[in-house]
Amino acid sequence: MNLADIQKIAEQEVDFERAYKYRINVCCSSGCVPLGAFKVLKAFEEAVKEFGVEKECKVAKTGCVGTCSVGPAVVIEPGDYLYQNVTPEKVREVVRDHIVLGLPVKGMLYGNPAFFKKQHRLVLRNAGKIDPTRIQDYIAMGGYSAIVKCLATMTPQGVIYEVATSKLRGRGGAGFPTGQKWGLVARAHGKPKYIVANLDEGDPGVFANRTLAEADPHAILEGMLIAAYAIGAEKGYLYIRSEYPLAIQTLQRAIAQAKSLSLLGDNVLETGFKFDVELRFGAGAFVAGEETAILASVEGCRAMPRPRPPYPANSGLWGKPTLIQNVETLANIPIIIQNGGAWFSKIGTPRCTGTKCFSLTGKTNNPGLIEVPMGITLREVVFDIGGGVPEGRKFKAVLVGGPSGGCLPDALLDLPIDYDSLTRVGAIMGSGGIVVLDDHSCMVDTAKFFTEFCVDESCGRCTPCRAGLARIKEVFAGITEGNARMEDITTLEKASVYIRDASLCGLGQTAPNPVLTTLRYFRDEYVEHIRDKTCRAGKCFKKEEKGVEQ
Amino acid sequence: MSKDDSRRVILEKVMRDHGYQESALLEILHKAQELYGYLDKELLMDISGSLNLPPSHVFGVATFYSFFKLKRPGQHVVTGCMGTACYVKGADEIMQAVEREYNIKRGEATPDGKLSLLVTRCIGACAMAPTIIVDDEVIAKATKEIVLQKIKQVLGGT
Ligand SMILES: Cc1cc2nc3c(=O)[nH]c(=O)nc-3n(C[C@H](O)[C@H](O)[C@H](O)COP(=O)(O)O)c2cc1C
Repeated sequence: MNLADIQKIAEQEVDFERAYKYRINVCCSSGCVPLGAFKVLKAFEEAVKEFGVEKECKVAKTGCVGTCSVGPAVVIEPGDYLYQNVTPEKVREVVRDHIVLGLPVKGMLYGNPAFFKKQHRLVLRNAGKIDPTRIQDYIAMGGYSAIVKCLATMTPQGVIYEVATSKLRGRGGAGFPTGQKWGLVARAHGKPKYIVANLDEGDPGVFANRTLAEADPHAILEGMLIAAYAIGAEKGYLYIRSEYPLAIQTLQRAIAQAKSLSLLGDNVLETGFKFDVELRFGAGAFVAGEETAILASVEGCRAMPRPRPPYPANSGLWGKPTLIQNVETLANIPIIIQNGGAWFSKIGTPRCTGTKCFSLTGKTNNPGLIEVPMGITLREVVFDIGGGVPEGRKFKAVLVGGPSGGCLPDALLDLPIDYDSLTRVGAIMGSGGIVVLDDHSCMVDTAKFFTEFCVDESCGRCTPCRAGLARIKEVFAGITEGNARMEDITTLEKASVYIRDASLCGLGQTAPNPVLTTLRYFRDEYVEHIRDKTCRAGKCFKKEEKGVEQ
Repeated sequence: MSKDDSRRVILEKVMRDHGYQESALLEILHKAQELYGYLDKELLMDISGSLNLPPSHVFGVATFYSFFKLKRPGQHVVTGCMGTACYVKGADEIMQAVEREYNIKRGEATPDGKLSLLVTRCIGACAMAPTIIVDDEVIAKATKEIVLQKIKQVLGGT
């Protein structure tokens, strides 16, 4: 296999696809599988044969289109007809009407075009369109042409320049400029150099990275290849949490396929460039996603963060220069190389370019995975894309950034979503979780839930995080059980600020965010709990009731 | 667990494939748990011997990560997802119902060893919250009634 062969595979594949008039894409990702996607896939395969249309209809197993709440989802191309809640029983009708008679079954189509209207799909460009288990599908969509372009026409410095021009910032949470990070690792002394792709996705309530891996694994691998070429790395580790069996399987297969086409290995596409990827599995530790902890974990140790400097760019895995990058960041790279950094920098806002994937969950009418341009407002996400709050309930707050994010009230709904705006109001981008809360949720209870999460997940290394969070948890227990005093609010505030300012790693530094933001925007609820011993959402003070029940 | 037990043979092969490197400890623990269902003291001592690592290191790693089970799980396992989305949608109430019905707490197994109740942080199926896993089946948009019914069904099968 050499550079020109990739182009040939793409052409062959496009010809092959052209022979089909229709393509039936059945979503078989973790969202739709529990709802019966495999049975639906089988039913389509049988139905196209039954109606004798198997020569003009390609039935493909694909990744996620994002509308996870109405699965199993099926998209029929051309025309992108999205069928929702498809069951094996309904499949015959769809094939007969849509394919044989050419009349889409209106009653089964997804009726909510607003969900897609404000989205901008760059990272998820292939999600739901290609079969993630076939490398040819990815290549036919222009996949691996970016690494070919790099190897054939660009210097490593040229690649870094392009990424820097794009102004892409890390999607793992901190938003560090990616081009700058590549420059640091490229210039660092020491060999070999390593890449660690971060797919730990430890934020509960977030599934964007999983969806990406399940829908388009080669985009991540191509991003790693380009990064490796730019910084001079020979070995990459892809660290994935073990709670994601389907994503693991998809990536394993993708790596094997890339090796067999010599896209990975000792002599990539006969150019002499060498790069290999190995998977590493997490084991249920949130803190393992932190950049120094992930290094310890890849080395087979407890995932305990360490002080920086030295930064991983200079001293990472086994003391060697290491680039740690979130997989969504990496999946942006091929399109930046194909279209140029200047093109990319025009998407989003001037300081936060490109798009961001968000997992939209909680009390929303349209939960699912979305990708939106940076700078879109929270209101557009919650009300336009998300369709508002179900069952006629009232919107109360939106949680942005996972367990160490912020709870923002409706007064802040017009805030544009970008790293800097979110930080200003006490939230973070985190790994892209947006959870909508309605008036059934108690803000005190929510802050308590996140504090308990962070107490459990604190690695215990530094005192502010270990002891400070435990203290906050005690105070919350008092407030929600009816033994608290007004001074406790001050204790919460003080402890939060200490923990934020004195903790060793990002976990402790951001863990107080939910406490601080709920105190800032929903202080009334704390006062009601303490003074009146009432919870307007009816969540707290339930202890005696439970006793009666038992 | 004897050295010629077939699971042990597989484990040995995995360790050999990794060149008995200490950096592969997590991979080896994952494999061991997959083979044996959980990691007991004897097994961890065995791994520590094979990789030539101090037992304190191996135990330290195994206890740090919540994915590793150090106690024998029940014959049937119910795992509640306690991610944010599931919590907001009432996963806690479902778990409480299971706890009451079988008189166990999260992280425990029933005395007869038939059922354990575990918690996971997030399985990433947030759009279908709340989700509860009964053995290998993921129940999406779970309710108390569906989950209790399903547990009754799997327990009846033993
Ligand atoms: C407690 C904690 C958990 C983190 N978890 C993740 C994670 O799951 N995935 C991720 O990509 N980054 C995570 N990060 C951020 C990483 O430390 C790091 O910034 C990121 O992987 C760098 O990649 P990027 O520049 O592409 O964002 C976490 C940080 C902290 C403090």
